[in-house]
Parts: sequence; structure tokens; C-alpha cells
Amino acid sequence: MDTTTVNSNFKSEEYFINMGPQHPATHGVLRLLLTIDGEIIKKVQPDLGYIHRSIEKMCERDSYQQIVHLTDRMDYLSSHINNEAVCLTVENALELDIPERVKVIRTIIGELTRIASHCLWWGVMGMDVGALTTYFYGFRDREMINDIFEETCGARLTMNYNIPGGLMFDIHPNFVKRTKEFVTHFKTKIPEYDRLLTGNVIFQKRMKGVGILTKEDAISFGASGPVGRASGYSCDVRKHHPYSALDKVTFNEAIKTEGDSLARYEVRIMEMWESLSIIEQLIDNIPEGDYKVATNAVIKLPKGEYYQKVEAARGELGVYVISTGTKNPYRLKFRSPGFSNLSLLNHISVGGKIGDLVATMATLDLVIPDIDR
Amino acid sequence: MTNQALQDLIENWFPNPEADKVSEVIDVSVTEDTSEEKIETPESVNPSLLELTEEASQFLNITVQPEQFYALMTQLKNNADTHFDYLFCLSGIDWGEALGVVYHLESTAHRHIIVVKVKTEDRENPVLDSVCDIWKTAEFHEREVYDFFGIKFNNHPDLRRLFLTDEWDGFPLRKDYVDDINMVIK
Amino acid sequence: MNISLSITKTIHDWLFSIMPETAASITEMVLIALVYLGVFAIAGLFLVLLERKVAAWFQLRLGPNRVGFHGLLQTMADALKLVSKELTGTIKADKFLYNLAPYFVIISALMALAVIPFTQDFQAFDINIGIFFLIAVSSIGVIGILLGGWASNNKFALIGAMRSGVQTISYELSIGLSLLTMILITGSLQLSEIVEVQKDGWLIVQGHIPAIIAFMIYMIAGTAETNRAPFDMVEAESELGAGFHTEYSGMKFAYFFLAEFINMFLIAAIATTVFFGAWLSPFGITESIPLLGVFWFLAKTLILVFLMMWFRWTFPRLRIDQLLTLEWKYLLPINLVNIVIMAFIVWQKLTIQFF
Repeated sequence: MDTTTVNSNFKSEEYFINMGPQHPATHGVLRLLLTIDGEIIKKVQPDLGYIHRSIEKMCERDSYQQIVHLTDRMDYLSSHINNEAVCLTVENALELDIPERVKVIRTIIGELTRIASHCLWWGVMGMDVGALTTYFYGFRDREMINDIFEETCGARLTMNYNIPGGLMFDIHPNFVKRTKEFVTHFKTKIPEYDRLLTGNVIFQKRMKGVGILTKEDAISFGASGPVGRASGYSCDVRKHHPYSALDKVTFNEAIKTEGDSLARYEVRIMEMWESLSIIEQLIDNIPEGDYKVATNAVIKLPKGEYYQKVEAARGELGVYVISTGTKNPYRLKFRSPGFSNLSLLNHISVGGKIGDLVATMATLDLVIPDIDR
Repeated sequence: MTNQALQDLIENWFPNPEADKVSEVIDVSVTEDTSEEKIETPESVNPSLLELTEEASQFLNITVQPEQFYALMTQLKNNADTHFDYLFCLSGIDWGEALGVVYHLESTAHRHIIVVKVKTEDRENPVLDSVCDIWKTAEFHEREVYDFFGIKFNNHPDLRRLFLTDEWDGFPLRKDYVDDINMVIK
Repeated sequence: MNISLSITKTIHDWLFSIMPETAASITEMVLIALVYLGVFAIAGLFLVLLERKVAAWFQLRLGPNRVGFHGLLQTMADALKLVSKELTGTIKADKFLYNLAPYFVIISALMALAVIPFTQDFQAFDINIGIFFLIAVSSIGVIGILLGGWASNNKFALIGAMRSGVQTISYELSIGLSLLTMILITGSLQLSEIVEVQKDGWLIVQGHIPAIIAFMIYMIAGTAETNRAPFDMVEAESELGAGFHTEYSGMKFAYFFLAEFINMFLIAAIATTVFFGAWLSPFGITESIPLLGVFWFLAKTLILVFLMMWFRWTFPRLRIDQLLTLEWKYLLPINLVNIVIMAFIVWQKLTIQFF
């Protein structure tokens, strides 16, 4: 993009800076064009497309089982939940009767994925505001979850454990024991995170009152997930449109009303507690049964349109399929949570400082492959 | 609100002027030419300019013409009974001969979902109205649709390509897009 | 034992006996400079390794442990690597200023190092305006930073340099005033005099409450002077790449890098001298072995250096306006009030003295 199209209203005291695409704080390949006046930001324009892999076009060519494997690479930190979204779409369209065992296991692994994603987020959050040690503490706990996944699913990051119809293989015998150990261990760690970072005076001053997003703006910009909930907008898909085993568990929705960066931070910490509670409710009573239902080797969805929403770690992920009865979808669109969350970056950063921009972006928890697809 | 209640409410917003004219013609022809061999029963005309249907989808679908599109969207948001303030999915579709956009709307107050579809037959220069001033999330989504399908939106503040570079030739997600280098066709 | 302490005197007399006076003086000065350069290099190497090990300890990992026994030769390897690196430079950079900038920071650090008393009579330069000289010389370093940022012809470097300039100039005030608080007790700016006064008890004990407040302000301001976290907006890696030394590589980068560590050592050394009795042992237990003074001095300094490293790896970073607010609205008024309290205590002879 040449600078002349950007600088149409460029005054002579304003200063134009390019942040990224290689930059320690932009969480992936995101290029931000900042127009600043001294330290105050006047305009933020994201430039996307550095990791665009045309997943939606590929989906029009691939079969449904292959599409599940493509979704891992979108938001790689909540890969299991992405897989679950596509599998649920296909299963609801075919009106398959999924065994209870599958639903419970999917929910447990989904919540573990959410905790792993938030651990990484917390580590990187501290690193962005300058507390470099938090990175290691967050990853130490994430390693425990990755080890559990490696034993059961075979992979640490892109899990590929879901298939349309159920799971690829049954859970490992150690799964229940190790998950319970992790839950006990992690309950002592979240207070440590609070002691290290949340209560720190410097951290609070960096985050309080920074990047305020009102509830009307959150709804209008399509913010979902922790970003929306921190502004008082109740948008948890697990509560409003429950899927898998989520209608059987009781948990609180983490909502705060201030809408600043500290609220977004605290909402995620509360979500970690809630995820632990969900896992505890389910881990002891995994029902016996099959781990999958037989489907045809070639899956063809009946003619029509299908939409499935799930709550990924970043917000509301939507899968919209238009099928004409053939073995490939006619059109498959992924509604990615990061895309809507990124569109409000300009709105909430204008008037703040560059340091505030970095803190705000860390609390928005953007994963660029999710946005670029 | 249930889908049926929504359907009843929204149908009345855009009454079809054609519907009244056809019923007049029917009355006149029956009284005058009763000795005709066969009276052609005229086709039933939709009482509303919108097409509302629930088949082949889990939500209520509204198909609207581009001329009434912006007015419909404004009404859907502002009306207190419907109050669709959350636009959660904006997808561009290439229907084969027409290009269209599908909007998925949800209401945070009533928690009902509706789908609005708008199409244009013009593939050379497709133009639709933008809804950026109704829902701010549409700004980025419409840029994406322009980038991949070529549909231009009126009154969009900053319509340029989003993911692809500015010099890219063509609109990749259209069905007739050909690219020998980048596309792998099985 | 006395021979070792008077080794400086011995060399001095020997030089003067074999050469005419001016030549001997110049040779003496060159020798002292070389010794200090050696001390500078070794201290720098050792401190970098210490920082890496301490950071690893906080971050639940091991740190460098491959090169040499427990990683002791790691910094040597890094230095060799830096020496062999290509010296890049931007095309439009102002060549003269670009090359000059690192030397400012090194020279100011070395000059300050010259007046620190390591033990009795082990001081290169004992002038009667010791503290004043120290503060003045450490202010020269900021010129190097500003020049480096400007001459790189890089927007990010310039922003970093501007931030650093503002920060350093502001916190100079706090350092000066907190040291001044302690001078009220000693009554002299000369460093050896300050140590003499502390034979009756360390100054932080003698001054009790205002001295403790002055020490805390001094540590905060000292951390800000050296651009270390939580005040490292200047080189905020998460925001601006590497701040003012983005465009430097190889030996010039090494100069900036080492100078930061030497400055940290200097801040700790000055704090040890003024607050904690320099080379005096606690309660005078080893006064009979003057050479042990070096050990006591280094031990106290290293504890303070460890404290500064602890700050770096625990706290998040302050934003630039919060940094300046802290100085001008909080530290400066507290400092001024503190001086008044200390003056009152000295006037009324309320200091704690042991002998």
C-alpha cells in the first residue's frame, strides 16, 4: 500500500510510523500504520493479508473430512474448538445422533484448550507490558496441558482429534488421571498469577482506563468473547446457544462493565476459573459408549444452509455452509472472532499513547491467522 | 419472537403494489367474459416485496431487492420488536449468475436470529448499499467482500482491498476465477 | 599487609625515580587508565553473565551453562562474536556523530569509575568535590544516547532517544537531592571523608528515617538513570525494536550494552559508598586487615546490583508520562521535604552514633 493513499489528511506535524509485520508485539504478521502526533495516536489502520491462505476457496474443493484439518490452522490456539465447530455443522446437517461420551470428551478437551490459550495469552500479556518473566510461567502450565494432549490426541498444537461423527480414537487411559492432576495444580497457580501481575501497581496503572469500549460500540462492532464481555455485553455462546455437553454443566459467565483493558484482563482470568469448574464437573462422569458414529466415506450434506456457532478462546466462531447436495460445500464461510475484534482497534486507540496501543492489543488477544484465514 | 411472528411483522413493512392490481384484473375478467372457454388463473403474487422463507435453513430468511435493502436494514435495527443490533456474519456469495451478500443478524435483547439476502444480476459492475452506518462491524466485512467478489458498496468510507495487494487482478472467490499459478484443482 | 596497600605508593615512587617528572606523571596516568579499562572489561563481562544467570533463576531455567564451567566463559564468547561482526550503518546516517555516540557513554562511565574508593588508599582520584564530580560526569552519558538516536536516521531510534533524554534529565534531580541529603550528615563532598565519617556507623543507620527514605528514592532514581526496567521505555523491546541503539551492531553496540551494565555497577557503588560505608566492615570486625575492604565493598555493591536485577525481571514497564509524573509530582516533593527533615535532625544532633 503506498503512503499517498493513506496520508490524504496528513498535517505537517503528524508523524507516520509503521509497526510490523515483524514486530514483537503484534502477535503475528499484522502491519499497523500509525499516524501519531508526538506520543498521541491519531489513526490506526491495520493492513492484513500477510498470512492469507485462501482457506475458504480451498474448502470449496475439499471434502468435509479434509476441511476439518484446515480449521486447525486458523486460530491455532483453540484448534480443537475450531474442529468441533465444523464437525458440529456437519453432524447437525446430517442429523446424526452423537453419543454422550463424545460430547463430554469434546467439552473437556475444549475447556482444556481454552485454559491453554489463556495461559499463553497471560504470558504474552506480561511480556508486552514489560514483565518479561510471566512468559515462562504461562508456558510452564501450558506444557502440562500440551503433554495431556500429546498422549490422547497425538499432537500438541493442531490436534485433529475431531472427525464428523465423533472422535478419531478413544481417550488414553491416563487422560482422566492427568487432567485431575492438572486441575489441582492449576488451582494453586492462578493465585500466583494474580500476585505477580494483577495486583501490581505499575500494571494496574498501565491498564486501568485504557482503551475503553462501551457496550453499544461492542455490539455494533461485533465484538464477542472476552472483549465483549468486559464491556457488559453478555455474549457467551456457551450460555445462549449451548452445544456438546455444555447444557449439562453450570458455570457463571464472566462479565465486567468497565470496558477498559483491565476489565478484559480480569474477564479472562475469571474464565480460567470457570473452565476449571466445568472440567471438574465432567471429568469424573465420562459416560461409557462409542467414541464415534459411522458415517459414509463420502459425506454429502443435504441441500440447504447451515450455521453453527461455538465459543472459541477468542470469541464467537461461526461456520456458515451452503450446500447443493454434492460432496464439497458450495460456499463455506468462517466468521472469525478476531476479525471483528480487530476492527475496533482504531476506535479505542485514538487519543491514547503508543504504550497504550500495545497494552490494548495484548488484551484484545488477536491471532492473525484467525483474521486472515 | 418466533419465526412466524417475525414473518408476520416484517411482511407488512413493504407491501407489494403489484398485488392490488392483479386482484382487480381477476374481478373484471370473471364478470365480463364468463363464456370464454378457459379462464387463465393468474399466478399468485406475493403480497410483500420481500420473500420470506424458512425452508432449507434453520433461521428465517428474507430475500430483498437492492432498492428496498437499506430501508429494510434500518427498520430491522430500529424497530423495538425486532431490534437486530448484532450483525455477526456478512458473507459474499457467487450464486452462479448473480452475486449476492448474506447478512446474519441477531438481537441482543430478544435473542432471535434472522438472515437477509440480497442479490444483483450485474456481474460486470455489481453495486449494493453499505450498512456501515447501521452496524460498524460492516466496514471491514464489506471490504473483504469487495476484495473477493468485486461487489462495490455505496457510501462506504474506505472501500479498497483488504487481504490481497492493491494490484491484484480479479476476484478470487468468484466461481469463474481462473489462476493457473496459485490454484490447485483436483 | 602494608606492602600491598602501599603498592600504589611504591610504583609511584619508582616511576618518579626513573623518569623526568612530566613523563612519569603521564606514564602513571596511562597505567592507571589501563588498569581501569581492564577492570571495566572484566566487570562488564562478569555483570552480564550475572544478569543472565539471575534472570534464568527467576524464570525457572538454567541460564548459560555450556561455555566454560557453569557458563563463566559465555561473555568472552559473546565479546569475540561482537568483535568479529560487520559494522553496519545506514546510508543517510550522519557518519561522524554516528561513530562518536558510543564513546560518550563509555567515557562518562570510565570517568565515574575512577573516583570510587575500593578500599583504603585504593582510589585513583580523590578530589575534594567527589560527589559533585560523580553526578556531573554521569550526566554526560545522555549526550551519547541522544546522538545515537539522532544520527541513526531512524524514526524509532529517534523516539527512543527523545524519551531517554527526558527521563535521564528528570531523574538526575532526584539522585542529586537524595545524595545531598546524606551530605548534610557528613559535611564534606570528598569521598574519603564520607567514608571516614562512617567509621562511627554507616550513614543509613546514622540518618535513620530520612536516610532510609533517601536511599529508596535513590534506588528508584538510579534505576531510571540507567534506563533499566521498570523504566526501560527507551529500549522497550516490545514496542520499538531496540530503541536508540537499533542501528548499531558489532563493537559499537557492545559499547552501549557494556556501558549500561557499568552504569548499574556505578549506581550501586555510589549507594554503597554514601549509604552503607563503602569498604568498612559491619561493626568494624575486620578493620585490622585493610585488604578485606575490597571484599566488603564488592559484596555490598553486588547485593544492590542483584536488587536492581530483581526489579527488572519482576515489574512491568511504566509508560513515559507515568514515569515523568512519578518524578516531578511525587519523588521531587518528597525529596525536598526529606532534606528539611534531615537538616533538622543534624542540627538537633538526633543522629544515631555508635562511638
